[in-house]
Amino acid sequence: MKLSKAQYDEIAQFLGHVQPTRQSLRKLKERFPSQSQSTLLSIFSQEYQKQIKRTHAKHHTAEAIETYYQRYLSGVMQNAAAPVLLELANEVDFAPSLMARIVLERFLQEQEGTIPSKILINSMLRDPSQIPDGVLANQVYQCTVNDCCYGPLVDCIKHAIGHEHEVLLREMLLKKNLSFLAEEQLRAKGYDKTPDFILEVPVAVEGHIIHWIESKASFGDECSHQAYLNDQFWSYWNRFGPGLVIYWYGFIEELDCHRERGILLKDCFPTDIVTLRHSMAQH
Amino acid sequence: MAAVLELLLREEVAPGAVVRWLDHGPSHRPAEENHVHDKLVPHSLLQKDFVPFLLNFLREQTSQILTNGPSTPAKTPNSKALRSSASHGSQKTGSERRAGNSAGSCSSRMQLFSQRTPASSCTTGASFPSSASSGPSAFTASSLSGPGSDFPSSSPSFGCSPVFSHSEKRSSQKANLGSFLMPASDVQPVRRGRRKGNSSAIAAGRQVARDLGRSLAEEEDGKGDSTSLSDGRRKRSEVGPTSANSPPVQLNLNNLEEFPPMSAASGLTNKSKPSRRINPTPVSAERSHSKPKMCFTSTPVSQSPAARFPSGTSLETFAAIQEGNVTSITGSSLQEEREMLKKERCKLLHQTSSPVGLSLDPSTPTKPNYSWSGSLATDSQLVTCADLSKVSCKKRLEQLAQLYSSCIAENLVPNIFLELFFILQLLTSKGTTSSEDGENDMEFNQGCKDAVELQHFRNVHNCVYFAVQVLDCQFEIISRLEKGTLKLLAENERIASFSPGLHERLMKAYESSTAKVSLLLPSSVQSVSFQPETDNRSNFPSDRAFHIFKKQRDIFYELLREWEDNHEKPGWDFERVLGNRIRAMMNHLTAAYNHSHFARLFQKQLIQMCKGPIGGGTSWGDTPDQDVLNMLGSDNLSRLKRLQERFVVPQSIRGPCPPPAFPGCQQFFRDFILSAGSYQFNQHLVDSLCLKILELDGLTLVEHEPSDGEADMDEQDEKKRFTAALMTLRLLAKFLGFLVFLPYQTVDPPSRDLQESAVELRNQTLPVLDVLKLLRRSILNRRTILTVPWVVEFLSLVDHFAPFLDYYGRVFSLLLQLYRCLVLSEDKEMSFLNKLLILAVLGWLFQVPSVPEELFFTSEVNQEGLMRDTMTSAQALDSVPLVDQQLLYTCCPFLGELRKLLASFVAGSGAKNGGFIRKITPTAAESLAPKPSITQQKLQMELEQAFFHNQPPSLRRTVEFVAERVGSNCVKHIKFCRWKGPEAVRVLLPEETSAAVLSSAEDIAVGLATEKACTWLSTNITALIKREVRTTFNRMLRVQGPSLPSEDAQGERKGCPPNCQHHAPFPSQIINEIKDVLCIAVGPRDEDEGIPYVQLECLLKRLSQTLQCRKFICPTSEQQLARCTVELASFLVSDRIPIQGLKPQIPKKPERQQGKKTAVYGLLKSLLSVWMEDFWTPVPVQLMFSRKNVGYIAEVKQREWDLFLFMLHGLVDHGLMGNAEIENCLHSLQELLWSSDFLEELETISRLFISEYHVAEPRTRPCELVRQPRGTVAAQS
Repeated sequence: MKLSKAQYDEIAQFLGHVQPTRQSLRKLKERFPSQSQSTLLSIFSQEYQKQIKRTHAKHHTAEAIETYYQRYLSGVMQNAAAPVLLELANEVDFAPSLMARIVLERFLQEQEGTIPSKILINSMLRDPSQIPDGVLANQVYQCTVNDCCYGPLVDCIKHAIGHEHEVLLREMLLKKNLSFLAEEQLRAKGYDKTPDFILEVPVAVEGHIIHWIESKASFGDECSHQAYLNDQFWSYWNRFGPGLVIYWYGFIEELDCHRERGILLKDCFPTDIVTLRHSMAQH
Repeated sequence: MAAVLELLLREEVAPGAVVRWLDHGPSHRPAEENHVHDKLVPHSLLQKDFVPFLLNFLREQTSQILTNGPSTPAKTPNSKALRSSASHGSQKTGSERRAGNSAGSCSSRMQLFSQRTPASSCTTGASFPSSASSGPSAFTASSLSGPGSDFPSSSPSFGCSPVFSHSEKRSSQKANLGSFLMPASDVQPVRRGRRKGNSSAIAAGRQVARDLGRSLAEEEDGKGDSTSLSDGRRKRSEVGPTSANSPPVQLNLNNLEEFPPMSAASGLTNKSKPSRRINPTPVSAERSHSKPKMCFTSTPVSQSPAARFPSGTSLETFAAIQEGNVTSITGSSLQEEREMLKKERCKLLHQTSSPVGLSLDPSTPTKPNYSWSGSLATDSQLVTCADLSKVSCKKRLEQLAQLYSSCIAENLVPNIFLELFFILQLLTSKGTTSSEDGENDMEFNQGCKDAVELQHFRNVHNCVYFAVQVLDCQFEIISRLEKGTLKLLAENERIASFSPGLHERLMKAYESSTAKVSLLLPSSVQSVSFQPETDNRSNFPSDRAFHIFKKQRDIFYELLREWEDNHEKPGWDFERVLGNRIRAMMNHLTAAYNHSHFARLFQKQLIQMCKGPIGGGTSWGDTPDQDVLNMLGSDNLSRLKRLQERFVVPQSIRGPCPPPAFPGCQQFFRDFILSAGSYQFNQHLVDSLCLKILELDGLTLVEHEPSDGEADMDEQDEKKRFTAALMTLRLLAKFLGFLVFLPYQTVDPPSRDLQESAVELRNQTLPVLDVLKLLRRSILNRRTILTVPWVVEFLSLVDHFAPFLDYYGRVFSLLLQLYRCLVLSEDKEMSFLNKLLILAVLGWLFQVPSVPEELFFTSEVNQEGLMRDTMTSAQALDSVPLVDQQLLYTCCPFLGELRKLLASFVAGSGAKNGGFIRKITPTAAESLAPKPSITQQKLQMELEQAFFHNQPPSLRRTVEFVAERVGSNCVKHIKFCRWKGPEAVRVLLPEETSAAVLSSAEDIAVGLATEKACTWLSTNITALIKREVRTTFNRMLRVQGPSLPSEDAQGERKGCPPNCQHHAPFPSQIINEIKDVLCIAVGPRDEDEGIPYVQLECLLKRLSQTLQCRKFICPTSEQQLARCTVELASFLVSDRIPIQGLKPQIPKKPERQQGKKTAVYGLLKSLLSVWMEDFWTPVPVQLMFSRKNVGYIAEVKQREWDLFLFMLHGLVDHGLMGNAEIENCLHSLQELLWSSDFLEELETISRLFISEYHVAEPRTRPCELVRQPRGTVAAQS
């Protein structure tokens, strides 16, 4: 659904310093009952990510890392079963998954004597069973499972949602008899930038001609939309002309300001589609 | 010179005789052989100088009366020093007059006579006493510089003329105007000065047009010797006996230029330049009439990048100049202008070694009373009513008109339209009260002995009479002007009253004219589409290069968008904002060797955005609200466009010869090139441009059997194709010229010293594109209508030396020859409008600032005519009537100035002349809140364009070709369209073309073909037959119906169960729910928090559904589902999930425990079955044996091994793990560090499992397992 800037700001403001836990989500839903859950979750996730980006550096100083690690050690020493790492993350306003990563990295560094590779770390975060220390494995797992904004599980869910919406969109295109090239095909042809779908024959949506459609299973806020414009949408425009972006979880109405220039925003599959019908019936 | 004119005016020779005389150069044929009038024979050496003389004469004579519109200087070489002659002008407008008129006239005559050698001037002058005596007035023709009364004052002051005795010095004086020039911001005087300045510079017999400085310096010398007045007198007496006769009245003491105020005059004696008092008038947007001056004064091309970078303003101003855009320099206040002026003067004084008499005015006209207001309707000046009965000296005017007309008709003038503009200025001259009565005139002329000396144009009546006479002669050209201009001419009251015959002819021409012209086309901006054939990885040497180019493409468009959004904002500066980013990008290009790719992109984008009439619109953002346009539909669209033009297209008069400019979006591309400053890029771009130009220049039109109706149809298509090719060629050639001559551009016109060596150097290099060869070929093959216009665009950007190079000298000479040959008339060789276009663009080229002014008059023109292929073939584009008024005006927008001039007269003349002011009062539009939808038809058209846009160009060509051919054929066989069309398209397009693309391409081809057929039908068959055919046709169509390709999309998806409705929950949803369960399992959780059993049961059921419907599953989500269900199983096995809602009615604890266990067995069983049956991906069940997951069991105080054991058996029974595998896992587990008691239990379980499986049959039914849980045995703790 589309939100006005004001509506969005109200939600964003409420999110201020909410922890990324399921408890927080529950509260959010109670506070804004009229908004869809997925929209709220998407906004929450984005707001939280913004906050984390702002504070990321401060959690990664050598001092901070050392402090966290020591606090973790002493915490599990006292009670290995307690949610030491998760609470630490919440206490210092940092994402549990990221806190787990910091401590894991520090732990491995101590164990191996070298800085562990990113691949190894990611693999351990994905499957904490690989973590050589049982207590740490549990702590890390607790963090990643509880984190609703970061972590392998959340990443996977986001990925799945994205994929599902692409499939939905594909279905709709097929139902509408619109022929298209999907990303895989485009890649195979050697395109350097590829939207989800390029229409082989352009159509007009609400009077605007579109050549491509990009599906975004998230809420379109200013920040993410700007990033998408720079990294993707304009690039598509630069290659294929005007196109349509569907933010399935809604977007800030005011962002739909490039229609004339060739980037159209929708929060659902459009209904007003005019196709090229150069059939003889016309004449 | 004057003698010849005198002969004419005295009717001793007829105009025809003069023209004949002119036509025969002395060098070519002896005069006698060509029946040259006896009286003209003695003057045979002067032919070349006669036309400029005549033009000067007319300009001079009319200079007092012309107050309307910009000056129309003809770029003739001898204009400068002559200006002092204005002294004959009326006393009331005394500021025009020169005190040193006599001296001026002397020098001017001398110059006229001595264009080649100064030495000969004296003798020549002496040999014609009669002309000499009349000289003072005749030669003073100030002006080529133009009749505009604002003109003289805004030009460099030449108050004093060269002193004769100093003429020897000329050649040694190397001062050049360039050194006096202001920086580009003050361009206006530059041009003027230059044009005027070169007259005496011809002395050395070389082309030294630019070398004004010399002549200027001479004049200064003269000035320096004595006071200007006495100096002038002295010279006068030296030169001609009649000079003494000149009445003192002629000295205009009011002329501030000639008689500067004391303070300024004192400067003169100090050998400093005379400073003219200038009352600067602020240049404002409304006073756009000041624009035209730029036309002749601005430097055509950019400054060197180096010159631009230091200051942002220079670039800005520069850009403004390039566009002739006055508004951007209007910001400066009067004070600023004064300051600038001061500085410049100061600078000039310091820069030049010799005292300079230049007063370089800013662009402001100095005589506000004459300034012709650009806001047309506001002109309050009363227009004199022209009266035929008040015309004096009709006969002489007629003679002059005839001669002048012949010169125009014979292409002896450098720019036909410039002369037409001049004529229209005369026609619309407003006159002044002083010059109104003829008596005054008579009186004034009394003192004149010679006819040449008489003032023929001192009143409006005479001017109008002359103008109408000339117009009458030029009717053929006039009648080809666009309809709006014709209307204004036809409605012109002066024409009606002076020549009813002409009026009638104009009326007829207007009524029958179809030449409606619109210059404003809504431009749609598109990106260059990505074409895998040229743009994909295989076209790049490395991945890196490919990815860098990917970024570059995006950066390029980012810059373009930024420019689009901001370039019109005040203070926005291209170089400042975008310069560094462009250069950074260029560096990447260089690093990646991607220049050729980028050059191609750049060129394609350039063509896409700029091939439209006005450079692709002023900007994208400026295009009118598309929805409003759409709302009006196609019928009203053109009307709206015209209305819009009146709002958007500036009504200012820019003069008939604006300098080359980069309007609209072209600006971006030019500035980009300048800011990039990349040699490599420029070179690649040049290569790319050359290639495209050569390709387009080879355009061939399909050869047609000239058969009645069909030819008509094809003609339209050909015109369209030709127009598109021509416009693109012109655009590309302009940029090619820009690039080719860019390295040689200078801020100031370079001095002559440099010329010789530069020319010598540059003569050694080969031209990038052999335009000479192409030109010659086009003349030979009679394809000039395509080639000349783009060659002109290319040459319009020459630097100041290029025309002096051997090579380009030949090119110019050839063009000149062509110009002379193309006498306007309708003939088989070339249609009238084709010729008119060529003449218009050539005429414009000859007026371009960097093209030497003497070129036109002094070049030897080979009278032999041009070699042309007499064979008529389809290739002979020249013989096809390809040009219409729309194309003519699109290529030469400055022709619109004629109309503006006429319109302004109507607006200004008020009720007296029956004119009315057309005023548009914009009112706030009604709210368009509910946005009107695009009309379907228009949308379909746009969709079609869009479709082609992203397809390779060959697709469009194929479709159009098929439509063309099939359309033609189907006139005979109407069904052909539908049947043959698709077939032909299919055959022509590559095999891999997808069905949908093919289908659309076919449809469009068929549609177009049908349309063509219908067009043909509608024009060629009588209504009756038409109706008959149509109904049959439609019936046929209805029967056939549109056949759409059947999509195979509706087929069953692989993997889903039969009849799957795809209603299963999304994988993401299930993952999320499992995550929630895991969350509760690992904690932290609230005391009473738990998960209802049914919810878990349901979750697993839905999990199964989700996995069965494969539609939304992707590998990542399936893997994650596998992983987290194993985690879930581990938690179930270790009893870590607080399950709620388990038959609470069972009171006793053991039973409840048993109930719970049974429930969990159920869940585990579901999981096992899902793992076995529903997952396509391997499930990492081994994770159950990980230290972490077994650890969950270890953490429980009252360990429950039943579930674990159940799971072990389940895994084996479901074939998820083998016995041995499980044994291995259990063994590895035992090697880990556990508490001793746990290790013991683990060992027991291991043994138990192994023994059971070794004893039991390899396969036990799962159901048995449930019924007889063997795990109970193990629980010993």
